[in-house]
Amino acid sequence: MSDVIVVTSGKGGVGKTTTTANLGVGLAKRGNKVALIDTDTGLRNLDLLLGLENRIMYDLVDVATGRISYKKALVRHKKHETLFLLPTSQIRDKTAVTGQQLIDICNEMRGEFDYILIDCPAGIEQGFKTAIAAADYAIVVTMPEVAAVRDADKIIGELNRADKDRIKLVVNRIRSHMVDSGDMLDMDDINDILAIDCIGQVPDDEMVVTSTNRGEPVISNKKSLAGQAYNNIVGRICGEQIPFLDLRKKTLFDKLKQILHV
Amino acid sequence: MLRAVMKLFGRDDDKPSGKIARDRLRVVLIHDRANISPEVVNHIKDDIIKVISTYMDINQHDMEISLSDDDNSVALLASIPVKRIKPQVMSSRNMHR
Ligand SMILES: Nc1ncnc2c1ncn2[C@@H]1O[C@H](COP(=O)(O)OP(=O)(O)O)[C@@H](O)[C@H]1O
Ligand SMILES: [Mg+2]
Repeated sequence: MSDVIVVTSGKGGVGKTTTTANLGVGLAKRGNKVALIDTDTGLRNLDLLLGLENRIMYDLVDVATGRISYKKALVRHKKHETLFLLPTSQIRDKTAVTGQQLIDICNEMRGEFDYILIDCPAGIEQGFKTAIAAADYAIVVTMPEVAAVRDADKIIGELNRADKDRIKLVVNRIRSHMVDSGDMLDMDDINDILAIDCIGQVPDDEMVVTSTNRGEPVISNKKSLAGQAYNNIVGRICGEQIPFLDLRKKTLFDKLKQILHV
Repeated sequence: MLRAVMKLFGRDDDKPSGKIARDRLRVVLIHDRANISPEVVNHIKDDIIKVISTYMDINQHDMEISLSDDDNSVALLASIPVKRIKPQVMSSRNMHR
């Protein structure tokens, strides 16, 4: 029996799809059978982040309307053989799949997979409602910025209203030098304000961009701090107790500032 | 960097922007979470004016009401400039003595 997890945020561009792709690869690497469902119909990206864009035959809308079985639409990852993608349609819109249809699809898939991760579109409209309908719990992704935290708060409220009260927080794109200089919301502030359990603190990392370029999620890159942070989230999802990474890179300038107390 | 220089000269009155962000978020989320429309706030204001006016002359235009964050609970703050207490209020209080 699997866990169905929706990755959501309210605001666009905070890293939902990046997080879904990385957690999917990480969970699969640990031997889990994982399905990723893209529900960002009309704006699909998850296939690109995983390097699977050329292998799509059918999509979520075909499965939802009963035209084909989910097994036929699943794309298996070449390198991570227990990782599967159920892509969505790029030409239809968010009204093409209902919450009940997604619940039915997930219920059918639960027997086969250990984890089903749902990549949610931005916003709080139909697409969001469809994406969260089937989820056992939610991972809310935010960034240390006022607009992203406000939207995360809104999403937490919406999840509660939909009786989804198992919620975990991931704070993405943390710029540690700005946190150190006091010019970015820090983790204590965000935890204080949102008051939900945090399972991830991911630094802003250029390797996220280069790995996206290649279609290989950054979690496979041992040198990347963001990759390590994602790997730790995977461990926490699997129930391990892992301390948060120290994201601060101390430069000579930082040390000088420390000595001068400025 | 400029702030670091200012600090050296003992001027530390400008808050780091991260803290400004935190404080602004706290206030805006109180309103978001309460889900009260400006219209409702105006109704509350009118009703308060009605009640208070029987006892006092108040300056309605400078009156402010707002929600604020008060140690994990939300408080409704009303600031109502009073011009004078109406005489009949004072005399009725005297009568009760
Ligand atoms: N930790 C990070 N460091 C640097 N760039 C990131 C990070 N996370 C996401 N990004 C970039 O931010 C952009 C938006 O990410 P994406 O996952 O598509 O967001 P969403 O799905 O929430 O709209 C992408 O260009 C992605 O490469
Ligand atoms: Mg996305």
